[in-house]
Amino acid sequence: MKADPLARRIPWAVLVFLAAACVPWLGSRFYTFLATDIAILALLAASLNLLLGYTGLVSFGHAAYFGIGAYTCAILMKSYGVSFALGLATATVAAGACALLFGAFCVRSSQIYFSMLTLAFAQIVWAICFKWNSVTGGEQGLSNVPYPNLGWMSSLPVLGGLRAGDHYYLLVLILVGLAFAVLKRIVESPFGSTLTAIRENPERAEFVGINVRRYQLAAFVVAGAFAGWAGALFGIFNRGVFPDFAHWSKSAEVLIMAIMGGIGHFWGPAVGAAILILLNQQINAYTQYWPLILGLILIILVFVFPSGVFGAVHSGLQRLRRHRHA
Amino acid sequence: MLDPAFLLAQCISGLTAAMFLFIVASGLSLIFGVLRVLNFAHGSFYMIGAYMAWQITHWAGANSVSFWIAVPGAALAVALLGGIVERLCLRHLYGRAELYQLLFTYALVLILGDVARIVWGTQQLTVPRPAGLAGGLEVLGIVVPHYNLFIIALGPAIALACWLLLSRTGTGRMVRAAAYDREMLAALGADVGKLYTLMFMAGSFLAGLGGALVTPVRSIVPGMDVDIIVEAFIVVVIGGLGSFWGTFLGAIIFGQVLAFGILILPGFSIFAVFVLMAFVLVVRPAGLLGRAVKR
Amino acid sequence: MLSARDIRKSFNGFAAVAGVSLDVPAHGITAVIGPNGAGKSTLFNLLTGHLRPDSGSVAFEGRDITGTAPYAICRMGIGRSFQHTNIFRKLTVFENVRAALIAHAGQSHNFWGRSAQLYGAETAQILNSLGLSDQADTVADSLSHGNQKQLELGIALASNPKLLLLDEPTAGMSATETREAIRLLERIVIERKLTLLFTEHDMDVVFSIAQKIAVLHQGRLIAEGSAMEVRANREVRRVYLGERQ
Repeated sequence: MKADPLARRIPWAVLVFLAAACVPWLGSRFYTFLATDIAILALLAASLNLLLGYTGLVSFGHAAYFGIGAYTCAILMKSYGVSFALGLATATVAAGACALLFGAFCVRSSQIYFSMLTLAFAQIVWAICFKWNSVTGGEQGLSNVPYPNLGWMSSLPVLGGLRAGDHYYLLVLILVGLAFAVLKRIVESPFGSTLTAIRENPERAEFVGINVRRYQLAAFVVAGAFAGWAGALFGIFNRGVFPDFAHWSKSAEVLIMAIMGGIGHFWGPAVGAAILILLNQQINAYTQYWPLILGLILIILVFVFPSGVFGAVHSGLQRLRRHRHA
Repeated sequence: MLDPAFLLAQCISGLTAAMFLFIVASGLSLIFGVLRVLNFAHGSFYMIGAYMAWQITHWAGANSVSFWIAVPGAALAVALLGGIVERLCLRHLYGRAELYQLLFTYALVLILGDVARIVWGTQQLTVPRPAGLAGGLEVLGIVVPHYNLFIIALGPAIALACWLLLSRTGTGRMVRAAAYDREMLAALGADVGKLYTLMFMAGSFLAGLGGALVTPVRSIVPGMDVDIIVEAFIVVVIGGLGSFWGTFLGAIIFGQVLAFGILILPGFSIFAVFVLMAFVLVVRPAGLLGRAVKR
Repeated sequence: MLSARDIRKSFNGFAAVAGVSLDVPAHGITAVIGPNGAGKSTLFNLLTGHLRPDSGSVAFEGRDITGTAPYAICRMGIGRSFQHTNIFRKLTVFENVRAALIAHAGQSHNFWGRSAQLYGAETAQILNSLGLSDQADTVADSLSHGNQKQLELGIALASNPKLLLLDEPTAGMSATETREAIRLLERIVIERKLTLLFTEHDMDVVFSIAQKIAVLHQGRLIAEGSAMEVRANREVRRVYLGERQ
């Protein structure tokens, strides 16, 4: 955020990461649970934003790649006893490969047709998860997905006293942090600038020599792979994988997270994920009508804060600064 | 060897489903054609139509006419709801990115779903078949309910009526002009604001009508809004967004694929339908009868 | 340098370009003029691959480019501007030009470098030659119309083209702005040894800088030649200049 020089010099991302790493020492199983949930979905929302905010592609089927990652890793670890590292890597590659296959068709259509096609492919993935009982467990999904072997963490001095869930959380935090670092690097690279140019004006981008469809596809694959990475982590965290992971309502949820935080900023979707998950927790404690509340929040978002929480804070700070100068 | 009676039964059940879907999806297509808004809340309007039909038959009591009051009553109530939504909210989003219009209509889905739950509860509600259409017709040893035949006849009648309205009236011509070239509308001197409200109400009316008509054959449950919107999207996309006859064709194909998909891949008929949609979009990106729309 | 052979394009039975053959000589300034709806923009879109001709062929430096994708045509050394200013609206002026430089340098697939460290000097140099240096950090959308046109020229120059196609480079400009823009254009064409093909509605502009003029009317070329020849052409006087007098 270009708020002011001082705020810019503070390494916010590092501070948030360090603060998040302290969560296990709060001693509450519930806080660790929430923090894991937020970390993984923040990554999922940020991966969607590579399409939404950077390339200008509205995907209604991003959960498909999350689901593919989750199922791939869970099936490999549970049914074939594969190690976590290999499971995670395979899940990422599988999600990216499926994104390549589906995306090749999707990028041939534009705007609303692109969105509908991503939705159609995602629902095919969902239907396969839902019906292919022998491999995916069908409607019941796969439960009792094993934790990776993190026994070595117990022998470390500071981490020894923590629970298994805390150990997994720390692993998630590192892997998500790593993914964020790579994503950030990508959006600031010439490849990222190319995507931004395509978002701004595909026709002009084509006539500075950019093969627009190929780069849209590349963005789709990268976003899919990161979603797969997040999915693999989530399946293990959840101790099970279910068809819901790939359902269109999950895609809608991620879309809402991204927009709520602000798709104009790299960290916006992550903030949106945190806000949505925390709100959900809070409101579910009071009422069963979470969808109603969420709907009202969305309406406020659409009419009052269209650029999301990050956008609103940003323009608020700017106004404040102008006020001070005047 | 497949039994011809069974094939006929499948075909008729597919056709009935297709006509219900057509009535709902034509409204979605109409709204998209004119307003260029893909209305996620269309399924919610359908659900409200069903609940309203139950409510009106409940008030009117068990007599032979209550259903025939309930159907237009529910459809009009939904049209009114649509008009209010368009005037108060949607109107302010036309200049904005498509994403915000989608987000708004999705918010409506969430809100209306819970409102229906608060007002009508979560139990299944049913409406009896109207007195005159309770019987059935026997063909090749199978019994086809009169009500299904009524729906199969009503679908094309509604299609024809809409088509006549679109091709013979001044407003209809504007609607068709809007589907091809939006800029032409203002050039024709149309009161665009009024046209938009009218079309949104007409589309909502069709959603409500579909919801009310379906009550004698399907029970009314929470979640029916989401089921129908996914199906209606597929139908409209297969036929071509904004293409009226495309929607009709899409609905018939959808119904038959659903009915016969069970024979080829038992339990995989949802799968077959999504594959169909993906296939159509890959081969003809604008749908079967759709044209690439000028924005 | 660029030559079109009998290219045709119809839309729903309406022949927008009905058999045009045109040669653009290297290192010269060629103008295509014609009344509104004569098919100038369609012709441009056919030359740059945005539209595929129904028949006929287009060749650039002796290579057939008919049906080649626009991005590939651009990479061969053709730059263009559009009639409706086509820029990256929410990026800054600097980012606009840099994005084009990145694409030209074949860096688009580089996902590990840092855009911020690339092509700073080259971008500054282009902006400087266009007189846009002061506005480098302005968001393109908030530039004046004239400056947006210049920015689009900058984007086109970033891919270091041999041939530049400009569709109405002075559309919507005031008389003063037009004069300045044309002077700038002339200077850049000489400095960069460019070949220029442009369409224009302002006759004074056309006659003052174009070495060769082609007159398009109802999708056909009705005259071709130097300013003097075209001025003297009876058919041109009848269908085109006649409207003005």
